[in-house]
Amino acid sequence: MFAKKFVNQKFLLNEILSKNVQKFINTQKLATNPYNKSCLQISRRHLNSTPLSSVLSPEQLATSGAAPSTTSTSAPVDVMAEDVPEFPGSRSKWTETLRFILPEHFEGIPVYRVMNRKGIVIEPSEDPNLSQDMVTKIYKGMTILNSMDRVLYESQRQGRISFYMTNYGEEGTHFGSAAAINDDDLVFGQYREAGVLMWRGFKLDKFMAQCYGNCDDLEKGRQMPVHYGSRDHYFVSISSPLATQMPQAVGAAYALKREAKGRCVICYFGEGAASEGDAQAALNFAATLNAPIIFFCRNNGYAISTPTHEQYRGDGIASRGPAFGIPSVRVDGNDVLAVYNATRQARSICVDESRPVLIEAMTYRIGHHSTSDDSSAYRSVDEVKQWHQKDHPISRTRKYMEHKNWWNEEMEKSWKEEAKRQVMSAFTNAEKQLKPNWMDMFTDVYHEMPDNLTEQMEELRKHLDLYKEHYPINNFKQ
Amino acid sequence: MSAKMFCQKLSPFWVMNRLVAVGHRNLSTTNPLKAQLTVRDALNSAMDEEMERDETVFILGEEVAQYDGAYKVSRGLWKKWGDKRVIDTPITEIGFAGIAVGAAMAGLRPICEFMTFNFAMQAIDHIINSGAKTFYMSAGNVAVPIVFRGPNGAASGVAAQHSQCFGAWYSHCPGLKVVSPYSAEDCRGLMKQAIRDPDPVVFLENELLYGIAFDVSDEVKSKDFVIPLGKAKIERTGDRITLVSHSKSVGTCLDAAKELAAQGVECEVINLRSLRPLDEETIIRSVMKTNHLVTVEGGWPQSGIGAEICARIIESMSSSSSF
Repeated sequence: MFAKKFVNQKFLLNEILSKNVQKFINTQKLATNPYNKSCLQISRRHLNSTPLSSVLSPEQLATSGAAPSTTSTSAPVDVMAEDVPEFPGSRSKWTETLRFILPEHFEGIPVYRVMNRKGIVIEPSEDPNLSQDMVTKIYKGMTILNSMDRVLYESQRQGRISFYMTNYGEEGTHFGSAAAINDDDLVFGQYREAGVLMWRGFKLDKFMAQCYGNCDDLEKGRQMPVHYGSRDHYFVSISSPLATQMPQAVGAAYALKREAKGRCVICYFGEGAASEGDAQAALNFAATLNAPIIFFCRNNGYAISTPTHEQYRGDGIASRGPAFGIPSVRVDGNDVLAVYNATRQARSICVDESRPVLIEAMTYRIGHHSTSDDSSAYRSVDEVKQWHQKDHPISRTRKYMEHKNWWNEEMEKSWKEEAKRQVMSAFTNAEKQLKPNWMDMFTDVYHEMPDNLTEQMEELRKHLDLYKEHYPINNFKQ
Repeated sequence: MSAKMFCQKLSPFWVMNRLVAVGHRNLSTTNPLKAQLTVRDALNSAMDEEMERDETVFILGEEVAQYDGAYKVSRGLWKKWGDKRVIDTPITEIGFAGIAVGAAMAGLRPICEFMTFNFAMQAIDHIINSGAKTFYMSAGNVAVPIVFRGPNGAASGVAAQHSQCFGAWYSHCPGLKVVSPYSAEDCRGLMKQAIRDPDPVVFLENELLYGIAFDVSDEVKSKDFVIPLGKAKIERTGDRITLVSHSKSVGTCLDAAKELAAQGVECEVINLRSLRPLDEETIIRSVMKTNHLVTVEGGWPQSGIGAEICARIIESMSSSSSF
């Protein structure tokens, strides 16, 4: 009895919320030009479909007293009528019952999935029916990324590169989302999104060159490994401080809105980074600026050793979106098709309606945080093994393909060898490359090299001429 | 916080890095009467003892509790003191720095750890606008007895966003005390003093020094061993040239002094220990003896610690031409 009452109250609350959200969405669809829409003032008057000119004059206000309540669309709105709260800061109804909203009353936002762990599509209408080529490309990308991760992790252990971060278990979030957006949509990543760059065609050679910091590195050896960046692939260079990419991504989205060429921004971040102050600013600004940005949260259960129950008390990250006025969804991050569907729809909302969208992709970080971490210190090896064996994006995709007769054991075997060959070839090549020319140390501080740096460069040049035998100059490109 | 790079003892790179960067300092010839203490253990024991001495002292930061600290500086402290005294925070520097400052204002004595001082930039408003200025702006009514600590300056190949030295930035601000220790003895004494100090202290450590062991006397190991803030230490006396430095660079100066000594040049090596207050008296006295000065630091030259020292020399008696 008591439980039923609770459920009814909850249902009522949800109904009220959803009605208002629906009204809100309807008013948003009124304007067609995305730029004009951003100028729409959402007020009580619009919700009642009443033009501003019918507002009472100050004299009328003074004499109006208790005006009859009206919700008809043709009657003029009495600004100080008491039937609805007129506070500029909110758009809801009155209540005479003091009832605190208890977070426990809300069920968690459900997790959208297309296929189950065996790769079987549950609701056939939800299958995006991607072509065999596309799904194969996704699968091959995920597996090659996995191979590259293994090789580079090992190479750090052997002291060949200084640092590395693997993507184990999260490949689905990368490829599912990357495949759903355009190649020229701007990507702001955190550090565990290498698959997005790989989808767009960034070569294995270039990944490794960046990790080795050799002369082929687009970033001239200036960044730590895995801090990729490629202008040609519309992938903004990874920056180390957490969540700083979020408000920056919103700013970029604002620029793209002004450009009005139908591009959007996708900003990746982890559930841990979502605790940063920058994350709140980013969400709020994206909403108030009507920025065409997809916020993509990889909720993988851990931020180094901090598990999610210590990171936040609310219902994950997806629940924060509506609080900021952002359409949000939670998806199974290990289901490539679900990630694809959600991202695709998010992109249309972004671009067609010029507004932000929040996707929270639930997944699991199978690897350690980085080569500087040993996760057995804070989680059981069994837990990790469970996830690896029971719910891995790569195996689920493979099963999906096998059901469609697009893949089999033999193809798997030959692709495994091919992938390994490609990765090892890029690896051996990267090993051989020289470091960038030493002069690269001095460039790009400013557009024009300032005098003090030119002096230092000359000083070093003279020094090297005199004492070259004391320096490993042959390891550097001349 | 960033894509964290922090040391694990088992990483081969970490080991290589120690040998390369430090050379022979690990293998100091042991005096049978002296014990060895690593910088990490010096900091750990100092915090532990101060937590015992004063129950209002507590530690907060990312990964400080069960993980024993990103660089294992708070190893064992959570196990010993529990959730009340060692607190893991969600990832938000500006958040936990603000919380720490507030706790200090309310009478507690927080030790706020930044995984590196590079990420403290995300919290610098709390450090300076609230930490440094509140005692003055409240006419002495609201004190902020807080210690902000963490690794500062360059580590090994961690790129620009993990390598900045913030000595110059923090030592610029009145209201803050800024400390930049070198040896295990420095770390123990200065940390204990910093925690006892009623003013906000910025404690700049160095990641590469954590694992280095130094000889320490029994006095250093006593529970009340404190080093006053604002006093430099002369690590090596000499008469030909003065080398002034702080943090890891002190080691570089000592190495250089050793090499020069073999060529008959005796260097006076000054370990600043504190950047604010800066012990200009010790530097000036030394310069008046040697008439030569080189400042060595890990920060950038413009508006740096060396620039400040040179300015003070010029303005002081040591640059007078009257003698």
